[in-house]
Amino acid sequence: MSTASAAAGLAGTRLRELRARALWLVPAAVVALGAPFSLSDYHVFQLTQVVVYAIAVLGLNLLTGFSGQISLGNGAFYALGAYSAVIAMTHAGVPYWATPPLAGALCFAAGYLFGRSAARLEGLYLALATFALAITTPQLLKLDALERWTGGNQGVVIDKPVSPIPALFNHDRWLYFFCLAVAILLFTGAWNVVRGRTGRALIALRDHPIAAGAMGIDVAAYKATVFGVSAMFTGIAGALGALLSGFVAPDSFQLALSIQLLVGVVVGGIASIGGTVFGAVFIEVVPDLTKHASEVSPALGWLADVQYPMYGVLLIVTVLVLPGGVAGAAAVVRHRLTRSGGHASGAPRSAL
Amino acid sequence: MTMQAFLHQLASGLASGSIYASLALALVMIFKATHHVNFAQGEIAMFSTYVAYTLIKAGVAYWLAFAITLVGSFLAGLAIERGIMRLLRNAPVLTAVVVFIGLLVVFNGTAGLVFGQTIQEFPSPFDPHAWYGTTYLSPHEVGALAVTLIVLGVVFAFFRFTRLGLAMRAAAESPESSRLVGIRVGWMLALGWGLAAVLGAVAGMMTAPIVFLEPNMMGGVILYAFAAALLGGIDNPWGAPIGGFIVGVLVNLGGAYVVGSHLQQALALAVILAVLVFRPSGLFGRTVVVRV
Repeated sequence: MSTASAAAGLAGTRLRELRARALWLVPAAVVALGAPFSLSDYHVFQLTQVVVYAIAVLGLNLLTGFSGQISLGNGAFYALGAYSAVIAMTHAGVPYWATPPLAGALCFAAGYLFGRSAARLEGLYLALATFALAITTPQLLKLDALERWTGGNQGVVIDKPVSPIPALFNHDRWLYFFCLAVAILLFTGAWNVVRGRTGRALIALRDHPIAAGAMGIDVAAYKATVFGVSAMFTGIAGALGALLSGFVAPDSFQLALSIQLLVGVVVGGIASIGGTVFGAVFIEVVPDLTKHASEVSPALGWLADVQYPMYGVLLIVTVLVLPGGVAGAAAVVRHRLTRSGGHASGAPRSAL
Repeated sequence: MTMQAFLHQLASGLASGSIYASLALALVMIFKATHHVNFAQGEIAMFSTYVAYTLIKAGVAYWLAFAITLVGSFLAGLAIERGIMRLLRNAPVLTAVVVFIGLLVVFNGTAGLVFGQTIQEFPSPFDPHAWYGTTYLSPHEVGALAVTLIVLGVVFAFFRFTRLGLAMRAAAESPESSRLVGIRVGWMLALGWGLAAVLGAVAGMMTAPIVFLEPNMMGGVILYAFAAALLGGIDNPWGAPIGGFIVGVLVNLGGAYVVGSHLQQALALAVILAVLVFRPSGLFGRTVVVRV
């Protein structure tokens, strides 16, 4: 009797959760599918960049947010993904749609190996190693021995993907939907992993590595695998980013790129998948908005100038004042609202 | 490869090594006291260098500008510790790392904003035709070596022979006991930050005539300093200068004879990864045993 009612209660919770999710999932889907048809080509390009960043920020968040391994060098995997896609297309004739899985596989292998050798490193030392990797990346990309493939300082230009149904989608819209499909696939995958057994293992690893080991979680294997998966996501984003810009060059992959991804994670919300999307919107839209504002009115020129140093202030303030980022703040607000408004749907799971 | 060319590379490696040594010592000082790695150390040094540049441009004599910059950097370091770092006392590693990266961006971005992105020529106080220039070292390299060695000597003497230096070491080693004997641990940490900023400023002002002044000029140098600090053992102040000289020579000789100058940074990366993977305590560091 009591088991049955408990099961019924559980089913009810599930239902309520589903309904709550539909509440934001349906409008989000309408916007994501409809927006490109009402936007200019340039804005579609930007929206695609948001999708690409979302994948990269998600990759970093899986690693740093969920498993607690701090990476300041995910830009290196972004670069590896971008270059491998471009080189595969120009030298091996690989079609553009095959480049994300290719870049993903390559980056998974690279990330796994890096993670395997770095598994011994405590948080701070890993941050150091990846920081060094991020600084060195442009120099590695300029390597003389690889210049035949990488184009050295100049980089490589590729043809942008051609839309198969030009009547319905032009170039930009086609690429947008291509990236969106990849993103949905990866986000769904990450969502399922994080909410399941693996996700719990990851969080255990992050919060109590020694206890996790004692419970039978293979710490080194998990850490390396997460590193691989994170690199894979970031590398796929890199490949899509290269398709989008039609161009790769070493100087687009400096430390600033890795920092940008970190800003996305921190602002959106550490260990929050929903926050990842907000973080991606933030890192794409804010620089553009400030640039736009200074173009509209020269009096606002300072906005574009202070934007980069303000990123730093924002990082410091967010992590000290609002450690959960926007997602954390949203959860707090929702919690307050539901408590004062009785049993509204979508109550935070911590309250159950 | 002539012997003379080899000796030239070796000597000039030692000269740049002395710059890495001061920056590495700054990193080690902060690590020892707070167990944080100051990712922004290089950018703070770059900012100090810009301050010196502005003073010199305004007509202040070089060594006066040098002194004013050191004092200013000391106060800035103090202010950063009192203002921000204090909040990190018990913060998780991720929070601390994000704050340091934030500081890095603030200094890098503000330098670009205030001083511009264009590359500037930074004067050397050492006359290029001075008598102390040799076949192996330019006068600036000799001067930089001398200045950094003097500064390192002063810092070590300060920690070894003064009461304040002793108090700072005590505060870093054992904050609880230090508090019991009346040492103001918080202020000792702040002084440490000030000193680290001074060491960085010296490194910056000695680097700038070689690499030219621009907001990203310390990107490579901080990499070498990290390699130096890790190689020497990141919790060992004596290891830092030794690591600095080794990395300076290694990078210079490796760049000249083995991998080519385009891969000098990759060499530093290799040193960092090798130390972290095979011997995290470095050559002279303590192996940390954690009790569970």
